[in-house]
Amino acid sequence: MEWIQQLVNGISLGSIYALIALGYTMVYGIIKLINFAHGDVFMLGAFIGFYAIVRWDMHFILALLLAMVLCAVIGVIIERVAYKRLRNATRIAALITAIGVSLLIEYTVIFFRVRGASPEAYPEVLKNKTIDILGVQISTQSIFILTVSIVLMVLLQFIVHQTKIGKAMRAVSHDADAARLMGINVDNTISATFAIGSALAGAAGVIFGIYYTRIDPLMGILPGLKAFVAAVLGGIGIIPGAMVGGLVLGVVETVVSALGYSLWRDAAAFVILIFILILRPAGIFGKNTREKV
Amino acid sequence: MSTLLNVENLGIQFGGLKAVQNVNMYMNRGELIGLIGPNGAGKTTAFNMLTGVYAPTEGTITFNGKQIQGLSPYKVTRGGISRTFQNIRLFKELSVLDNVKVANHSLANHNILTSILRLRKHFNGEEKMEQQSLAFLKIFGLDIYKDELAKNLPYGMQRRLEIARALAAGPKLLLLDEPAAGMNPQETHELMRLIAFIRKEFNLTILLIEHDMQLVMGICERIYVLDHGQLIADGTPAEIRANPKVIEAYLGEEVAD
Amino acid sequence: MKKSKVFWGYAVIALVLYVVVQVLISTGALNLYYQNMLITMCINIMLAVSLHIVIGITGQFSIGHAGFLAVGAYISGIFTMNLGMPFPIAILAGSAVAMLAGLLVGIPTLRLKGDYLAIATLGFAEIIRIIFLNIDYVGGAAGMLVDYQTNWTYAFVGVAITILVISNFTNSRHGRACISIREDEIAADSMGINTTYYKVVAFAIGSFFAGLAGAIYAHNFYFIQPTTFGFLKSFDILIIVVLGGLGSLSGSVIAAIFLTIVSTYLQGFPETRMIIYSLVLILVMLYRPTGLMGTKEMTDLFKFSKKGVTKA
Repeated sequence: MEWIQQLVNGISLGSIYALIALGYTMVYGIIKLINFAHGDVFMLGAFIGFYAIVRWDMHFILALLLAMVLCAVIGVIIERVAYKRLRNATRIAALITAIGVSLLIEYTVIFFRVRGASPEAYPEVLKNKTIDILGVQISTQSIFILTVSIVLMVLLQFIVHQTKIGKAMRAVSHDADAARLMGINVDNTISATFAIGSALAGAAGVIFGIYYTRIDPLMGILPGLKAFVAAVLGGIGIIPGAMVGGLVLGVVETVVSALGYSLWRDAAAFVILIFILILRPAGIFGKNTREKV
Repeated sequence: MSTLLNVENLGIQFGGLKAVQNVNMYMNRGELIGLIGPNGAGKTTAFNMLTGVYAPTEGTITFNGKQIQGLSPYKVTRGGISRTFQNIRLFKELSVLDNVKVANHSLANHNILTSILRLRKHFNGEEKMEQQSLAFLKIFGLDIYKDELAKNLPYGMQRRLEIARALAAGPKLLLLDEPAAGMNPQETHELMRLIAFIRKEFNLTILLIEHDMQLVMGICERIYVLDHGQLIADGTPAEIRANPKVIEAYLGEEVAD
Repeated sequence: MKKSKVFWGYAVIALVLYVVVQVLISTGALNLYYQNMLITMCINIMLAVSLHIVIGITGQFSIGHAGFLAVGAYISGIFTMNLGMPFPIAILAGSAVAMLAGLLVGIPTLRLKGDYLAIATLGFAEIIRIIFLNIDYVGGAAGMLVDYQTNWTYAFVGVAITILVISNFTNSRHGRACISIREDEIAADSMGINTTYYKVVAFAIGSFFAGLAGAIYAHNFYFIQPTTFGFLKSFDILIIVVLGGLGSLSGSVIAAIFLTIVSTYLQGFPETRMIIYSLVLILVMLYRPTGLMGTKEMTDLFKFSKKGVTKA
């Protein structure tokens, strides 16, 4: 049952990617910005969780919640300080700024940390036992990841489809001006989107720390980019797309690694990206939009 | 008189929406034809198909004996069809002169290597482009602004520059998309004279989208009327003015009665 | 001022600059530290100007430029170290293969715009880096030893050719065609410009000179490794072009010189350097998105024309 084990690993990794991808897709859906700094919010979440567990002796679930809250706040701050002014600028200007914010976060963390760029290790907060389910060995950590991820995604679906703020988010992503005319506070809606997306990324960071233990200030770059690929794969701006895209990417990466090409696993995401952009840029769930001339 | 443009059964479908269907048009050399219809009738979509910006999903476009539907825009332009845009699409950060020079591009032939090595052919080619482009600007009274950035021009001059630029591509058929939009009666009158002038001077065949009925009825020899993507009438200005279907399309059923 | 007079003016200045520095180096007046800084400056100028023609002139948002740098570096290294070829041949080979890489990236991504193109180019650059990471022939992760062969002459000639070619291209109907694509691709297409051709040409030229820079770079630092060619390097180049002004060749040159100096002095403090760089990027985009020179060139500042509004 080796391959089922790999599948479970892949889905676990994929869930982390999915949580980060959700933030990318929601922000892109609402203001057409690739928030390059999103991967670094994921990193900040991991570090907040680390300090909460190690310095303040918090229970890891509480640490997770704390990381989510603080990351939500950080996300809103980034949006208000850096991106708000660029709402009407070219997409290129916004992307360049996002790159700047990402670099700033990374190197500020390195600068202020006593240990600079060196990694930290999460203590073992969840005893990793293997449980036998239907003849398959599944680790408790995998179960933890899957449970938390599913809970968060269900929560997100609820917020997006059953609450006022969710409705506002959907309205603004379709047509911001029309939404404004209908009395929706577009600024707050955008901030809320950033808050929710960042909270999910923060959660992903803590989960990553618990599962893989090793965290460092530059850990957000690669997962961030891969999560973006996942979002594009599923159809950028489409929430179920980010979930599916993340899972697919996680599984593909794990399979590539398991087949013995572990040095190429990072390339897998980029190869998928190139194929998607060239063959079907709208992604799995997306629709093609034509530029009006 | 030869048929320059022949459009048969032209249509395009976006997803489930048939934006244009079953359009049949023809233009003879030297004619000045109008294309009118209410907003959203599909006029600009038709232009886009004629110029290669959209590929039609059905029908054929025969220009100068060759079938051109589905060709890339630049190939259509080099084949002899040029256009202006409904919402002005000038090259904002380029000067007035450079805007025209861009259209002149395909008439020059000094290649990249020649330009990089600054051979004689480059300088000759560039000089010729400069002279030809300046000549076009002079016709439109824009030569004094030749170094001004296109984005700094007032609206009326931008519209004129668009036409100058389209002409510099050396077309046989010129498509004008609402050239009088935003103009007052006096400017419209000027435009009418300009169109008549360039038609004669450059031996042009002209197809014109317009909402300004004074302009359309004043200078067009024949008019096609589109509504909801289909042709509902065609004929001389007098015939169109009296056509109940046209009146209905513009003003609604009750008024037509 | 007549165009040819301007050209000869610049040529003379360039010659003087070259000779002065060469003399200083030969007499030992300029020590290794400054020599290296000057050569690095040349490399950065080549990188910035070659990126400028892709992003600034043609409006193709390519942020994977480090990939072409890597190709130039590794291929030229293979030619000198493994094939025993003379340096000039290696430089040519590196540049040519980099140009091929540029075509390989540029052609499939033709239909992509803006953000998507940016991410695709980033993806390609990563794939290139990972390929080199996994090839033992070039040393894999440990990197490849490359002889020290670069000197002021090679670096200067490299920069001079880069600037000359790209400047000549820009100030011709071909450059205008590219700018029209940047300004409004559909309008350019409709005015008879073969946009596909020119987008590919821009990528080819940009990657050729990035490869040239790569060859010079590889033979300047004794060894090269894949980690140097990651997105941080691509962003470094992007920051130079943005600071200089997207669309200004002289802006790229000035910014490259300025940021090389800053970078050299901050060599011992990589985090501080990155914090400053990222702040530069953010502040420029928020408060002066046109950068130092906007779309103007140094030559524009010397023209006494009666232009209406001179954009600051």
